[in-house]
Amino acid sequence: MAGPTASVTPSLTPLTAALLAVCAWFVPGVGHLWLRRTQKGIVFLAVLPVMFAIGLALQGRLFPFHIPEPLVALAALADLGIGALYFVAWGLGLGAGNVVAPSYEYGNTFLIVAGLLNVLVALDTYDIAVGRK
Amino acid sequence: MHSHLLLLVVFSALTSLVFAVLQRDTPREQGRLWLLLFAGFLGAALVLGWVMYPFPGGPA
Repeated sequence: MAGPTASVTPSLTPLTAALLAVCAWFVPGVGHLWLRRTQKGIVFLAVLPVMFAIGLALQGRLFPFHIPEPLVALAALADLGIGALYFVAWGLGLGAGNVVAPSYEYGNTFLIVAGLLNVLVALDTYDIAVGRK
Repeated sequence: MHSHLLLLVVFSALTSLVFAVLQRDTPREQGRLWLLLFAGFLGAALVLGWVMYPFPGGPA
């Protein structure tokens, strides 16, 4: 069902829409805000960083890109899905993970799911921008 | 924060919220889908936890 703002959302070229999706990946929610889906953008901007922060607080790990271990590499890719926050956390030395902490696996789950949800949000931005939604 | 149930509730609430906002456009529809997904997350986790309780490796 089209929202009340759908009719005023311009259809962008695929290249521009892809650039917008990259921006939406880098900062969660910014793509929807740019497309005037303000309520959705604010929710994504608030919730996804909170999930990422909870994951770090629970001593989850930002996995390294270790190709010989495919599952670790996939987890790293999912972590990267959160965009700029990944690099901020990495720069601040957060996300080392504490494997003996009771909340370690919960932290990993929050980090990975926050990243994957942000990828979905970025793909949704692309769909809206090219007029599919 | 080591309460497994609290972490389950927080995770379910936030994940359901993102899915609901992503999939629906009006606040009313989003609220309904959020409730449905949240209940589904909690219900599925509790039922699966109960079913797996007697498996080896669980509480003695």
